[in-house]
Order: sequence, then structure tokens, then C-alpha cells
Amino acid sequence: MGEVKQIRTLKEIPREELFAPGHRLCAGCGIPQLVRLVLKAVPGPKVVVNATGCLEVATTIFPYTSWGVPWVHIAFENAAAVASGIEAAFKVLERKYGYKRPKVIVFAGDGGTFDIGFQALSGALERGHDMIYICYDNEAYMNTGIQRSGATPKGAHTTTSPAGKVIPGKLERKKNLIEIAVAHGIRYAATMNPAYPVDMYNKIAKAASVQGPTVLHYFSPCPTGWYFDPSRSIEVARLAVQTRIWPLYEYEDGKYRITVPVKEPKPIEEYFKLQGRFRHLLEPENRWLLEEIKREVEENWNRLLRLAQQS
Amino acid sequence: MRGRVVGLNGDRAVAYAVKQAKVDVISAYPITPQTIIVEALAEYVNNGELDAAFIPVESEHTALSAAVGASLAGARVFTATSSQGLALMWEILWIAAGLRTTIVMAIGNRALSPNINIHCSHDDAYAARETGWLQFFAENVQEAYDLTLMAFRISEDHRVLFPSIVNLDGFILTHSVERLSVLEDSDVDAFLPKKEPVNRIDPDRPMTYGALDLFDWYMEHKRAQFEALESTRPVIREVFEEYGELTGRKYTPVKAYNVDGADIVFVALGTAAGTLRHAARELAEQGKKLGVVSLTQYRPFPAEELRKILSEAAVVAVLDRSISFGSPAPQLFMDIATSMYYAKRRPLLFSVIYGLGGRDFTPQHVFELYKRAEEILRTGEPPATSIWVGLREG
Repeated sequence: MGEVKQIRTLKEIPREELFAPGHRLCAGCGIPQLVRLVLKAVPGPKVVVNATGCLEVATTIFPYTSWGVPWVHIAFENAAAVASGIEAAFKVLERKYGYKRPKVIVFAGDGGTFDIGFQALSGALERGHDMIYICYDNEAYMNTGIQRSGATPKGAHTTTSPAGKVIPGKLERKKNLIEIAVAHGIRYAATMNPAYPVDMYNKIAKAASVQGPTVLHYFSPCPTGWYFDPSRSIEVARLAVQTRIWPLYEYEDGKYRITVPVKEPKPIEEYFKLQGRFRHLLEPENRWLLEEIKREVEENWNRLLRLAQQS
Repeated sequence: MRGRVVGLNGDRAVAYAVKQAKVDVISAYPITPQTIIVEALAEYVNNGELDAAFIPVESEHTALSAAVGASLAGARVFTATSSQGLALMWEILWIAAGLRTTIVMAIGNRALSPNINIHCSHDDAYAARETGWLQFFAENVQEAYDLTLMAFRISEDHRVLFPSIVNLDGFILTHSVERLSVLEDSDVDAFLPKKEPVNRIDPDRPMTYGALDLFDWYMEHKRAQFEALESTRPVIREVFEEYGELTGRKYTPVKAYNVDGADIVFVALGTAAGTLRHAARELAEQGKKLGVVSLTQYRPFPAEELRKILSEAAVVAVLDRSISFGSPAPQLFMDIATSMYYAKRRPLLFSVIYGLGGRDFTPQHVFELYKRAEEILRTGEPPATSIWVGLREG
């Protein structure tokens, strides 16, 4: 991956903003912080491809736009496909006509990544297009009003996996996006979380330095869909890391590294009790499900430890 | 009269035109009967005969999505598909047109499932008719070649900026080797210089493409798109004429044969027009007159040209290689009936369904239909529902 400038403090982050305020994303939403950091950490000319979703609808309400870089939205399931076309075109146009070639950045939600856009993403990774694919994962279809996705975690209440009397929320596991991405033979993939902006910035910078596809998986707190007070977004995000529910790690050229070690994890209940989507898991009758989730979180952490040790 | 004579099937002729057009990006997925086109293009690219990116996508939906991205980036872009593949692209067809891309797509026309069938019907192309693409129909391999070259020129004209579809009948044209005349590369270069993109993706000039457009502006934007598409008509004619001067092959939106003084006229798209003309010549030997009209330009629909030609007839049969479930009539008939409603003088119209899923359409069928038309001419009473020809009875 060569020499990539890594920062140690927030003060080192460039001040230039390419994402204008005045957009309609909710207070406490995790997405704007991601976008601002990405546009700062990816150097040089760039183009953004955006899948249909919260980010798209909230930032480009005609005749306004928040985007200080070229921004393209085509549809929901095809952001990686559109990015493939732009990337392939600019390679040729640079060679034939000297067009300035931008770095291609994709933003898609978890619905646009784990579910409807899954095939397009897999195809783009397999073909090896030079792009940074970023999934902002708010763990459900938030733009349409909180429906479960393949990224919704086990136990969560959504409007299509309601915590009912017989079925207490979603019973299926969340897909492992990083493992799926790594299985395509890409060079760099990492998880990110807004409570750790320096870690986040450095991972974006690394991804930007790779020629070829990279995948970044971002924990995007959603006060509206997770039912918590918008002022507590970063607290919720930090707890996701500190309970080991959202491990911060990276895969780089065959090696795994946990970038934010969590020696003494906080009880998962602390994370759950802040959010309306998990509150039912603290009821005695759902204890079995809580235990199952705890077991899986531990298994996943141990798996990552093993991968990191083997590296 | 320029060019040299070669023998190619329809798919290879389209691929050859695309190579001569020096496209920058090809984004395509295999589907019968179009596959030969993309195979040939992959060969050109991998053998260094064409300097382009060939994106071997994982579906037709991605084929068109990538094509849209590439076209917005400023590239000359080609894709091809058929039937189910076009159906899968359908969502993106609208966006490709609305965002004013200049993609050229060949369709090897093929029947839609079920039941799965790889042979010719026009229901795939018809299902794209409202999406805002220009559409052309080839009647033979020469036209498939010519229309592909002209489609790039038309789409990329700054007075047009809409994507184009070139239709060629599955197997009947895609897989039949015919004699055709192709241009020298230098003539193609002169006719079709490098694409000069408008509002392309440019990091030095950031723009937002595909914004959210609600009730306060959407309607004005659709009206603007409608007017822009309408205004392409003279440009299409202009390019047809210029190409005619270059090649000696004359193109018009509507092709009329033997219509002067003909009481009975048949209208069709694609290869059926050749069968109709052949039958018309045989009928002429018996002293009977059949006029034949075919559409080279299908979208935007050449209503005015058709009104001029068909107003002179007494009985007009409109032949559709398609069925429109639940509709009063198939697609071409509906277009022509609507167009003729506004004519000062209207012929009697009747609808014919033929050739579904590659069923043979022969001169014998035309003779049968001609008899029906004579009957209608006598009685003045056309049937209110479609006549099916070539259908297995009982």
C-alpha cells in the first residue's frame, strides 16, 4: 500500500469542506460526519456515486445541492455498477483525450449494499474497478421508514421485524460485509465508527491510496430509526465499539488488524438500553435471545482476534 | 457511392459499425440472439483493433447502469441486449433518457417469457417505447449497419442528446449473413467525429446529476424533456439525408412502397416489410395493388409522415409482431390509430398479429390478409379485434 499519511489528532484533518450545510439529514444522523471526512481524506479530484437512500434524498433537493464535487445518482441497486462505468470510462478518456481522471467514491446505505445492491457490488469488486465503496450502515431501510435489511442486527425491532408477542424482532443474523468483500480478493477493507474519527480518517486515506476496489463499512447511528435522543449519537456509537458489537478493524493485503482494541468490554445491555429498537431484549421473556446475541458477539470478537494473531 | 461489399450477419454488421464508430466504452451482458455482437466487440478490443473499455458486467441491469455512468463521464458508449435483458434494464432505460445520455443500444428482438423462447417478437422493443429513447428498426443487415452508425451521430448531436435503440429482428437478421456495403474507416471518421460531451462529469466543474425532484419542479422538467424529444425530428431527417449523400442509401422516417393510388396498404416494422413487398409484387402480377409502409423511425413516432401517406388509402392493415395483453389492440396499431384519428381523411384500419416467437410469416399469409382487406373494402366493416395469421387452429 506504500506510504500513506496517517494522522494522530483531529487537528490534522484538513479544514476545507466539500459538503455544504443546509441539507435535510436528521439531527444526530451519522452520515454527514462520514461524508465530510471522506471528502477531506480522499486527496485530489473525485466523483461521488450515491445509491438511492437517506444521503441522496436529503442532500440534493432540486434546485439545491450540498455537493462540492461531481455527484451522480442513478438508482437504488446500481451504485457500484454506475461507478464501474464511470471508472472504466475515465481510464479510456484519460488515455485517449487527456481528461482529468477523478477517484470514484460510492456511498450506499445498508439496503443498497447488503440487499438490493449486493449483486452490483460483487460484480464491481470481481472486475477490480478502482473505487472506494462505502456503506453507511444504519442497520435498516431508514429512508422508507425503518424496515429490516440484511444488515439489521439480530433482535432489533423494525417495522417489518416488529418486536411482537410471538416473534421478538429480527431473528436472523447480520451479514458479514467485510468477509464477503475480502472473499473477492480485494486489497483493503475496514470498519469505521463516528466516535473514532482519527481511526476513520486514516482508514479512508488508506483506501484512497489503493489502486482497485476497497470497501469501508461505517456504523451510522440513526436516532430516528433506533429510537434514541439525537444528542446521544456519538455515545451510542462509542458503546457499539466498547461492547465489541462493532469491532473496529481492517484487512490489508492479507492481514487483519484490530485498530481499536477493547480489553474490558462493557455489558451489551448498556448499548441496548439506550435504544428503543433493543429495549424488548431486556425483558425476562426474551432473555434467551439476549444470551444468543451475547454469544455471537463474543464468537465474532474471538474470530477477529484469531485472524489478527495469524496475520 | 462509397464503401466496399462484404458478407456479414446482422450481429457482426452492428459490431463492425460500433468498431468503426470508435466507441470508448462497451458495457454488455450476453443474451441470445444478441450475443454475437458483444463477442465480436470483445475480440476487437482484446486484439487491439478497438481502443475501448469492455466492461464484462454481471447483468443487463448493470450493463445499462454502467453505460449511463460512462456516458455521463463523456464517453461514446454502446451496449446490446434482447428480450429478458431489456426487461431487466427497463428501470434504467428511463434514467438513461432523462439524464440525456447518448448511449447506443442494439436490440436483437426476441419474444418475452413465458414460455421461454429465443426467437423474434417485437414486444421487447415495444415495452421500451415510453422511456424516452429514440428507436429505429432495421429491415435488413445493411440497415442494421447503417442505422448503428447514424444512431451515434444522431444521439450525440447537441440538438438531440438522447440515447438510441437500433432494433434488428432476432435470428432473421441477427444470424443471417447478407451482402452489405460498409464504409471505409476514414469516411466514418468524417461522418462521426469524436463525441463532444455536454455537461460531462468534470472534477473542475462539479455538477449534481440525478437530484431529488419533487412536485415543485418535476413536471416542468418532464415537459422540457418532452419538448426536447419532439425537437429531434428534423435532426434525424438531416442525418438521414447526409448519410444518404455519403452512401447513396436513402433513409426516411417512413418507407412507402407502391402506395400511390393503392386502396389497400399494409404497415409493419422490421423484416416483415420485405415479405410484404415481395407479396405486393406477386399481387401486382395478378393485377392487384398492395401498398407497403414500414417505419425506420419508431420513436419519436412519425405520426405526421404516416398521416400524409395513409390518408390516401381506403383500408390499412397494421401488422404487430406482438400482443398487448388487456389492450384494445397491439402497440403499433394503437400508435397508428391514434395518429390517424387526427387526419382529415381516415382509412378503415384493422389490426393483425403475426409471427410471435419466431413463427414464420410468409407471402401466403399476406395473400390471405389481402383477401380480408378486399372484403373490408367492399363491406366497409373492419373487425374490431386483431386478426391472427399463422396461428395453429383447433
